[in-house]
Amino acid sequence: MASNEISAILREQTDRLLAEHATREALAAADGGAWPAALWEVVSKAGLPLAMVAEEKGGAGLAPAAALALLRRAGYHALPLPLGETMLANALWVAAGGEPIAGPATLAPTMPGAAIEMTGTGGKTALHGRLAGIPWGERATLIALVRDADGGQHLALLPPPATAPSPLRNLAGEPRPTLILDGAVADIRPAPPLAKSGMCALGAALRAQQMVGAMEHALDHALAYANERQQFGRPIGKFQAVQHMLAEAAGHFAAATAAADGVLAAFGEDDMLLAVAMAKARIGEAAGKVAEITHQVHGAMGFTQEHTLHFLTRRLWSWRDEFGNEAEWQRLIGRHVLDAGGAALWPMLAGA
Amino acid sequence: MQAFRFDAIDLPQEAIAARARVRAFLAEEQTRRDFVAYRNSWNSFDPDFSRRAGAAGLIGVTWPGEYGGGAQSSLVRFVITAEMLAAGAPCGAHWIADRQSGPQILRHGSARARREILPRIVAGECYFAIGMSEPNSGSDLAAVRTSAKRDGDEWVINGQKIWTSNAHRAHYLIALTRTGEAGPDRHGGLTQFIVDLARPGVTVRPIRNLAGGHEFNEVFFDDYRVPDDRRVGGVGEGWRMVTSELAFERSGPDRFLSDYRLLVELIERLRENPDPRPDSRPDSRQEIIIGRLVSHLAALLRMSTAVAGLLDRGENPALEAALVKDVGTAFEREIPELARLLVASQPSFDAEDPFSQALAQVMLHAPSFTLRGGTREILRGMIARGLGLR
Repeated sequence: MASNEISAILREQTDRLLAEHATREALAAADGGAWPAALWEVVSKAGLPLAMVAEEKGGAGLAPAAALALLRRAGYHALPLPLGETMLANALWVAAGGEPIAGPATLAPTMPGAAIEMTGTGGKTALHGRLAGIPWGERATLIALVRDADGGQHLALLPPPATAPSPLRNLAGEPRPTLILDGAVADIRPAPPLAKSGMCALGAALRAQQMVGAMEHALDHALAYANERQQFGRPIGKFQAVQHMLAEAAGHFAAATAAADGVLAAFGEDDMLLAVAMAKARIGEAAGKVAEITHQVHGAMGFTQEHTLHFLTRRLWSWRDEFGNEAEWQRLIGRHVLDAGGAALWPMLAGA
Repeated sequence: MQAFRFDAIDLPQEAIAARARVRAFLAEEQTRRDFVAYRNSWNSFDPDFSRRAGAAGLIGVTWPGEYGGGAQSSLVRFVITAEMLAAGAPCGAHWIADRQSGPQILRHGSARARREILPRIVAGECYFAIGMSEPNSGSDLAAVRTSAKRDGDEWVINGQKIWTSNAHRAHYLIALTRTGEAGPDRHGGLTQFIVDLARPGVTVRPIRNLAGGHEFNEVFFDDYRVPDDRRVGGVGEGWRMVTSELAFERSGPDRFLSDYRLLVELIERLRENPDPRPDSRPDSRQEIIIGRLVSHLAALLRMSTAVAGLLDRGENPALEAALVKDVGTAFEREIPELARLLVASQPSFDAEDPFSQALAQVMLHAPSFTLRGGTREILRGMIARGLGLR
């Protein structure tokens, strides 16, 4: 069977699994801050957290593109778990020679150039620093990119904190605490090539896929509602003003999908940082528009807690700011383009 | 959402080889004094350039060898057109013939028309105009009234076309005419003919655009006689043929690269002379806006490439093509609006610097970007229908 057929089957299976278990009730319970243990069990049993880890290491051995594509489905179902974070943390740690991590894991969102201070050498090293916005940082094993005094890059693995950090959640109620590392002891390994673009790029690659999935679901909701909701004696989807709004949203979604595909193609390659920058910038912008338009179409009904649209849109509003917002990534692209000059832009986009 | 897809594709080797070939050709062209990159590329009518492009094997590349074509994948044509636009090449003379008239004749024209016309298009010496719009048939194409009546082996055409770009310098146009009743779906009774613009019975009158340029025209037919073997497609099949070509017409790089050269000039201008401020590096606002535009362009190029891949597989991705055009032309409209705020410069054709000239050029042509080839509003209606609304 061709690998794209296997990917399609996996995507469908994941979709069905998440549709069955990431129910409205499960999402609402996670929203209140409770760890969705049963849901984590389900995705763990399906082997999803180790999707990118080689089979001989106990993983599913999926190509990064296939694994990332599954995260679009996670985004579609607003899965309230650090699934992508765990996938990537495992991919990194195993690539660095470590063993697969049991339980949820997460990434420290440091932008390129930002560093966590480390002291000591050898297997056990003390880390110092303040890490803000760690996804599920209170219960997940943390993988961070750290730099030694000579500028050498390493991966650090820190077990979940013994004492709970003060609770901080994003707009969707997903935990994003700040961790203060004050000599916390970490396992250290040399950073693998995958970490070269920095942790924020990996996290942004993940959020890019999730946002595309969440946008797709929000649009599905809006299209169904526009065809079903009647006003002035006909479905509101018959009004040109509504049609044109939804067409505009579809254009943003289409561009976002293309940008997210760019990440799949570049993942782990030399041009990954730029591809991720362009994706997170373009998709973040699309996310804002799609959230705005799908709410507008839903009217007051979509503004209620009772409706499920907010499980998607609150995530879109959060995810576009996590691991670098549009402006941060746009600036990285702009600096690169302005440094390289006008003549270099086309070969950069279309191929040298 | 199953309504549309933009499957990523890898360009075939022949397309990558074509890219190198067209870049070498364009590098040679750029050494000519009359090659001004910032001008409106696919609206610049330059027969000498088109002849050289034809001689270099860059026109009709997908057509069979018996007509002089290259029998290559449509992804090769995609790459060639994108490179031409990105370089700002004056490729307007052969553009319509290569993009849509030639393919129509190849698929639906008579053996004689194919034999007489296609090799001249490939050589870059035969140009076409589009004969669709009429005074009372703009967005509502089914309202076409120009009539064609059969008379033995000939047809007699009477009526009027409008907004006919290049009718005053093209050799032919393909006219969409009414030959029968429209029928309940309004799409019946339309037939297409190749009209030789040099023959009696055709009058071309200029319409100047707001930039003062003469691109489009009115075309009048007074008992214009055309032989039956200049018919393109079956009698009454005009609507189906016109709409089946729309995906080619709407998804190409000409729908998001019309003012690409302004973006290049903007980047150069920001590098040379960032702002009348003490520090001479581009500021963060400039970096952010350039980064944003480039992120849009990258996504559009991926979308357009994906549609080219679908077309190459023989599919008819009409919805995807409409999305490329809607998103692409919105991007084109945004470039001048952002550029003018990043550089304190007055757009003017008389200015010395290429940025101000390019800005003037684009500013005065931008309204057409979201009109030609299907207005934004028509496209959005089509997209909505494709999404399952209505």
